[in-house]
Amino acid sequence: MTPSPLPRYPAFMSAPEPTAAPTGVAVRVRGACRVFRSAGEADVVAVDGVDLSIAAGEFVAILGPSGCGKSTLLRMIAGLEPLDAGDLGFGAGGGAPKNALAYVFQDAHLLPWRDVLANVALPLELQGRASGERRDAALRAIAAVGLADAARRHPAQLSGGMRMRVSLARALVTEPRLLLLDEPFAALDEITRQDLDDQLRALWAATGMTVLFVTHSIAEAAFLAERAVVLTRRPARVVLEHALDLPAQRDAALRGDARFAREMSVLYEALRRGNGKAA
Amino acid sequence: MKPRFVETFVPPAATFLLTTAAAEFGIRAAGVSPLLLPTPSAVARAALQHAPTLLPALAMTAQAVAIGLALSIALGLLVAIALSTSRWVERAFYPYAIFFQIVPIVAIAPLLVIWFGYGMRAVVAAAFIVSVFPVIANSLAGLLSVDPALRDLFRLYGASGFARLWKLSLPWALPNVLTGLRIAAGLAVIGAIVGEFVGGGGLGVVVLEAMRQQRTDLVFAAVLHAAALGLALFAAVNATSHFALRRWHTQETEP
Repeated sequence: MTPSPLPRYPAFMSAPEPTAAPTGVAVRVRGACRVFRSAGEADVVAVDGVDLSIAAGEFVAILGPSGCGKSTLLRMIAGLEPLDAGDLGFGAGGGAPKNALAYVFQDAHLLPWRDVLANVALPLELQGRASGERRDAALRAIAAVGLADAARRHPAQLSGGMRMRVSLARALVTEPRLLLLDEPFAALDEITRQDLDDQLRALWAATGMTVLFVTHSIAEAAFLAERAVVLTRRPARVVLEHALDLPAQRDAALRGDARFAREMSVLYEALRRGNGKAA
Repeated sequence: MKPRFVETFVPPAATFLLTTAAAEFGIRAAGVSPLLLPTPSAVARAALQHAPTLLPALAMTAQAVAIGLALSIALGLLVAIALSTSRWVERAFYPYAIFFQIVPIVAIAPLLVIWFGYGMRAVVAAAFIVSVFPVIANSLAGLLSVDPALRDLFRLYGASGFARLWKLSLPWALPNVLTGLRIAAGLAVIGAIVGEFVGGGGLGVVVLEAMRQQRTDLVFAAVLHAAALGLALFAAVNATSHFALRRWHTQETEP
């Protein structure tokens, strides 16, 4: 399969407006714990008393070593995993925002029997929306990730990067107020990954949603987020909460900038500390 | 298009012609009694001569196989769906589904006649019993192998149980269901012939009659008809499979 040339982004994406009205929802996690128990084996404490407060419309990266429990934390926020202790609140009301949450997995996880359009429309279909509305929203989301030409193709006909874009479009189709991403671009090559990072940042700026991005890559966390939360090796605890002092407008040149290098070393130090050097 | 047709059909056709010719001349040269092993030409003559018996018998067997197989698909899928709903249901009932796998169909065929009487119904039951297990086992494996991330996705958007089954589990299990069906198709023919030995009708009876009259050539002709039936079903399942799953895999036609 030959990779098709990267589609051009819609106009609003090349010049993101950082001043979009915040539609995001705030998240508050207090003393969250999660213990996995299995018969005949020692209990595994995945998350141990994590406190986290995320403002509406904020872009936060959760950084930690592989297998540290950061995915579990994200799944707890998504409601896919129960809390063994602690509590979880959203926005002002505190309850889980209905239909306002979207989740992007580590791999694309598309339905192989559906084309791109039907895959992207799936969340709206499951929520019982009308078919015309589903189609329009799906086409908009597909265009937003730059795949307008591939709407009728099936997952098997797409490259890994394109599949991940479809997965992103599927998350965006419900216009979520909280987007949770679990190492979404980890399996992609460096160029595709940076390209998707750029795109995600632009989408965040354009929509004003709250984004929680789990990653083990320091560079990705620093490039994407407004604030980084560094977790320890399992069980996950917060070692550092750090607001990144970087411009709102970020591009490839930033990766070579001295400020970027300084922020990366701050995160690297915290990651080392959390990895058991001085715990 | 043309070279592919040649690649697909010429080698097996050549094999067929060579082995048939070898059998014809080998049997003649060795002077084997036609009671033990008839020549291919004698089998072909018997098939032509007895076509008025063989073809209706084939149609009858095919009908029993088709009904038995349809029952296997429908009931096998329902059982697999029921077993996939919970670990406890699976643990409680799956060991008994294996009964269908291990039951010696020859031994219980007389029982089927006692229950269903002579004729089509006993034959259909025999075809069903031997072919249902592969459908259950393969469908269940498919239903249980659904990607956990996709289950999470459906949960996240509040999908109903019906939507999860219809839009996720069943399509996900389709390749496995078709694999089960491919195995079931061949078994259903065996089950039907054994059923006919006891319950009467179809190619099974032609084989029995020919054996009594020591018409080995006619036995061979009937067996070939049964084999052709199995082959046709296998090809039908393969075609369905190709049609249903062609989008799942990388296509040769890149836009």
